[in-house]
Amino acid sequence: MQFWRKPLDADRIKVPRGEIHVVRDRCKGCGFCVEYCPRDVLELSKEFNIKGYHPPEAVQPEACVHCRLCEMLCPEFAIFVTLREEVATIES
Amino acid sequence: MKADPKGVLTGVHYLDGDHACAEGALAAGCRFFAGYPITPSTEVAERFVARAPFVGGIFIQMEDELGSMAALCGASWGGKKAMTVTSGPGFSLMMENIGLAAMMETPCVVVNVQRGGPSTGLPTMVGQQDMMQARWGSHGDYEIIALSPASPQEAFDYTIKCFNLSEKYRVPVLFMMDECVGHMTEKVVIPKAEEIEIYPRRLTKKPPEKYWPYEFGEDLVPDMIVAGDGYRIHSTGLTHDERGYPVMSPVVQNKLVKRLCEKIKKNADDIIELEEDQTDDAEIIVMAYGITSRVALPAVFKARKKGIKVGYIKMITIWPFPEKRVRELAKKVKAFVMPEINLGQVVLEVERCAAGQAKTYHVPHAGGWVHDPEDIYHVIEEAAK
Amino acid sequence: MNQANANVPEHPMEKLLRMERIPHIWCPTCGIGTVLSCFIAALEKFDYPLNKVAVVSGIGCTGRVAGYIKLDSFHSTHGRAIPFATGLKLANPELKVVVFSGDGDLAAIGGNHLIHAARRNMDLTVICVNNFIYAMTGGQTAPTTPLTANSSTAPYGNSEPPFNLPLLVGSCGAVYVARWTALHIRRLTKSIGEALNKKGFSFIEVIAPCATLYARRNRLGTGLDLMKFYHDNSEIKHGAPLEELDIGFQQKIIVGKFIDRERPTFLDNWNNWLSQKLGDKFVPYGVAPQQVPLRKAG
Repeated sequence: MQFWRKPLDADRIKVPRGEIHVVRDRCKGCGFCVEYCPRDVLELSKEFNIKGYHPPEAVQPEACVHCRLCEMLCPEFAIFVTLREEVATIES
Repeated sequence: MKADPKGVLTGVHYLDGDHACAEGALAAGCRFFAGYPITPSTEVAERFVARAPFVGGIFIQMEDELGSMAALCGASWGGKKAMTVTSGPGFSLMMENIGLAAMMETPCVVVNVQRGGPSTGLPTMVGQQDMMQARWGSHGDYEIIALSPASPQEAFDYTIKCFNLSEKYRVPVLFMMDECVGHMTEKVVIPKAEEIEIYPRRLTKKPPEKYWPYEFGEDLVPDMIVAGDGYRIHSTGLTHDERGYPVMSPVVQNKLVKRLCEKIKKNADDIIELEEDQTDDAEIIVMAYGITSRVALPAVFKARKKGIKVGYIKMITIWPFPEKRVRELAKKVKAFVMPEINLGQVVLEVERCAAGQAKTYHVPHAGGWVHDPEDIYHVIEEAAK
Repeated sequence: MNQANANVPEHPMEKLLRMERIPHIWCPTCGIGTVLSCFIAALEKFDYPLNKVAVVSGIGCTGRVAGYIKLDSFHSTHGRAIPFATGLKLANPELKVVVFSGDGDLAAIGGNHLIHAARRNMDLTVICVNNFIYAMTGGQTAPTTPLTANSSTAPYGNSEPPFNLPLLVGSCGAVYVARWTALHIRRLTKSIGEALNKKGFSFIEVIAPCATLYARRNRLGTGLDLMKFYHDNSEIKHGAPLEELDIGFQQKIIVGKFIDRERPTFLDNWNNWLSQKLGDKFVPYGVAPQQVPLRKAG
């Protein structure tokens, strides 16, 4: 993120980082998660899952902020996000 | 177990069949009623709602019979004994969810105070024209239990039996009254609560991890749960396996539907009740149910006086049909005579079971009033020739 | 990351799903799974023992929800989910009963039950997934299918105007009426939470994409294309007048919370009035679940 100046509480605010887990064989390739991830973390992979769909993969995993939109939006319960132990501060 | 004294109006009363039926339900522990008014059954609902607030029961007049029957299924799964009443036109509407109750194996009691049909027919006059519909009304293969009372006292006693059978076999039980018995006022003796035997809901003793909703034992009837007790079961009207989950396969269909029918057929001896009189050496057997069983008596007595060996069977249980007994008797007797206030329904079963070994005579009546005993006597005479 | 080894944690919603039946039968890009996901998310925040929550559904694609959720769930006959739920609730007032069904099931064959339950203010939470079509049976016209839309029983275009469900249910007396789309997941989850906590008849209409029938028959693409349509064409207007909430074919969809009011429930009326009228002899019925204050999102 770009800021004009460093926010005054930057050292107090921590941005969470999430780890994406895809249950590959449950995915039906709908594309909801790819379309609506606010950080453009996901893309449909080139590989096929067992049913012939292209499940998503995290192409920018460091950008994930654990918002869990993909987890709630997924109709198949095929993707979820866990909180990574370390959290990063806002880069200036 | 014994009846809950709160619901038992012990004493000697002068009640009509409808009111006696409501009292029977309360005595049996029924605390949920969902119904829709229809002549001549409305008095059952009216009595129930007048008494329910004092015994901790709940009454809801639903928007139609379709909703009433669905509410019954829900209430039963919620742990309450549930009942509804209706007559012919409402009975037709309830068929869908009677099928649901049979499929989900939900105990409940549906009272049909029969009137002249078909369609709107004779709303205030007697008929016995829904007997086959009771057995076959809903689509698909299933078995139900149907009882028929012949007096307000029997309306009281057998309503309790209806509840007991429905709990024991997890099946909807149809109480096939008729308008005559429903609107006839007679002495009804309601005993003390401790003299009334109640069959309790067969709740499982297994813990949730080990319980499957449709796993069954020797008697082919699974144990039940109450929603909210932590079992988190799934029950569906779709063809399902022992876990309750829908499975679309002929193998599962065969297993399930056969069991739904077998659980009644196999236990028929326990379910069927008949009152017999002088059937051991009879040549003619008069079989009847409901009000007709009383109307047939003068004819039977007259025939006996004339020397005809007439046996008499009052059918308490109509379904499952007492096939075994009829087949047994068909080998010995000359003929069966069945008066019914319809143009031939249960008599078809008699004829089927007699299988040509004895003749079957029907005494039809299109409805609106009871038979003239003379007409029944003439048929007995005819049969004896 | 792949679910390849046992060290990877399981999906957090699995404890409320009947995992032996997953993957479910809904089509790729169907929105029902998303609505179910929001429901489970709302349940996780719901301050009530989950053993006492029961789900009743009818027939149809949405009706299959009962088969996937790990609560006491009942899959009843077409249109009869609401009276079944009425009986269940009245028999055991401690239960929180949720009706999860589709637009055709609730508003067509179940229409009579819908309006009466709203009138009586039965304490039920109804989630109506509106995909504008009878999907399970092959795409027939529903009472919510927009005018001119195609369906299998209106192959040249629907000539019947649809129901405005919030108007219908609101005018019959529902105490909580909201509409969201399957895309508004966080607002929908919050709304479901509010409805669960609300005593009385709550109704949430969720516009959800149906790819295989509605979208295909009307050449609207996939469910993702429908979601994009909701994104561009839905407008949040809390408290909007109910008469303005009609949905035309590929027209603007107004979403939001429209009604949130208090009315005594069926059991409240039964107990209050009869205790007044009959005094000490009256045996009050049931213990209605107390209204649990909505937990702050957090």
